[in-house]
Amino acid sequence: MDIIEFKRIANLIRKKLVVMSHQAGAAHLGSSLSCVDILVSAYWGALNINPKDTGWVKRDRFILSKGHAAATLYAVLSYKGFFPEELLEKYAKHGCCLPEHPAPKCIPGLEAATGSLGHGLSLGLGMVLAGRIQQQSYRVYVVISDGECNEGSVWEAAMFAPAQKMDNLIAIVDYNKWQATGRSNEIMALAPLRQKWEAFGWSVYEIDGHDMDALTKVLKNVPDGTGKPIVVIAHTVKGKGVSFMEDDNNWHYRIPKEEEVNNALKELGQL
Amino acid sequence: MRNVFASELTAIALTDGRIVLLSGDIGNRLFDEFKKHFPKRFYNCGVAEANMMSMAAGMALCGMRPITYTITPFATIRCLEQIKIDVCYHNLPVVIVGIGSGLSYAELGATHQSCDDIAFLRAVPNMTVICPCDSYEVKMALRKAVQYNGPVYIRLGKKGEPVIHKDDPDFNIGKGITITQGTDVCILSTGTIMPVVLRAGEELKKKNISTEIVSYHTVKPLDVDILGRVFSKFKVVVTVEEHSVVGGFGSSIAEWFVKQEKIKARLLNIGVSDEFFYDARDQDYARRCYGLTPEAIAEKIRGYYGKDSA
Repeated sequence: MDIIEFKRIANLIRKKLVVMSHQAGAAHLGSSLSCVDILVSAYWGALNINPKDTGWVKRDRFILSKGHAAATLYAVLSYKGFFPEELLEKYAKHGCCLPEHPAPKCIPGLEAATGSLGHGLSLGLGMVLAGRIQQQSYRVYVVISDGECNEGSVWEAAMFAPAQKMDNLIAIVDYNKWQATGRSNEIMALAPLRQKWEAFGWSVYEIDGHDMDALTKVLKNVPDGTGKPIVVIAHTVKGKGVSFMEDDNNWHYRIPKEEEVNNALKELGQL
Repeated sequence: MRNVFASELTAIALTDGRIVLLSGDIGNRLFDEFKKHFPKRFYNCGVAEANMMSMAAGMALCGMRPITYTITPFATIRCLEQIKIDVCYHNLPVVIVGIGSGLSYAELGATHQSCDDIAFLRAVPNMTVICPCDSYEVKMALRKAVQYNGPVYIRLGKKGEPVIHKDDPDFNIGKGITITQGTDVCILSTGTIMPVVLRAGEELKKKNISTEIVSYHTVKPLDVDILGRVFSKFKVVVTVEEHSVVGGFGSSIAEWFVKQEKIKARLLNIGVSDEFFYDARDQDYARRCYGLTPEAIAEKIRGYYGKDSA
């Protein structure tokens, strides 16, 4: 694993996301930037996949349950070689196949449509059970947001997976401390998040969600030998990578103006 | 109906390794045989229907043919968004089975009654809605549903319903089955109210009104061939369902009906009125309250038909 290469790819994707948001007039840039390092670590560092064979039965499955960060997934899949980069230019534009929340089979490599929060983890559980019946040992990765943990269905899934000892399932919480209109720890009593997942019977890792070295080590190590499903509480910064967007929740909905795009690209260019 | 469902599903699963049964913590002992044969293809998902439905979709995305099973309101509108997004948006072969539909569990209160499920589910694109009228139709509906490449909702009663057919009928999704031939009025009936409808037909016969009765088991997609035929042949066409008159089977026929230009026939919808049932009384009593008895149905039709004759 080449961490410098990972950083180069993540940086490239961040620049792309700023431009895509501006060109399409599409929101959720802050949310998209916060999970870039998680997706890069998963796709370049952990997932057993083949962009040339998207129907490969043994492939690991990845679900972006926080579907509002679709732009990140689109950019990752494109740079990973699932489809040509030119298609990203059409993101969220009239007549294009890339909506602001991923639609079923809208691009090669997309495992599931998401966008309504609280669905992806359960979809992942179903994939684990299907693999078990079919005697396949693929792993299932699900990225959820901290705001998404408001949804009761997340905790239905959180109770079911340990009961079935789904040790080939890994959930990653993009814990950027914000949801759409406020602090995720103030709107709901999210804390103590680690203890919640532990109490539900998960093997918990709490790490810096922008440390791709640490992320890759955990994401590669599935199952981890505990016999439990794994959850990574990834501490992240919303808007990560662009100083004037970092930890500023206005960027949940705000679209960058041209000058802001240029400033962001300048900053990212220096990395 | 539920016993036939369980035994037929076990028989199907013997030859189809894609079948997996997800139960929402009901069916105690009902699936013993299934579990004995296929311990790895049965999951009690607990009282967590949203998770169960999304898991079914996840399984179907990986090539399985899941069947979800629980009491109708919990199998349907409790997890409607999971049905809409995870199952129907992806157009996946998940069979959703609701037990105790309509007023089957009237005495358990409105929490367990379901007179709105057809309305909600038929509004979701890609969904197929089947309401079998007896255990033969349950068996056939299940056989067809597990082969169908898309979501199917099967709406069941409970147990001990009278049998209508004498043998396995020629059953196809989206194709109604004519039960009795007649000349004056056509009754299109869906689901477990059929025995009541047949007796209503007998009541009407006493009044010299000949009825044709159709088991219109598939509410969605509509069998437009039958509709074209009966609305041409009869002056009065009646729909009967153990479901609200708002948004259900009758409404779906009405939607079709208003788009027809040349049809002179008149349409009468009979079903559950738009109000909750608050009494702690059983299905028969609830049916009486809503006018879903042979006598009440016959009387309503006779009045409507008489008006037409006059």
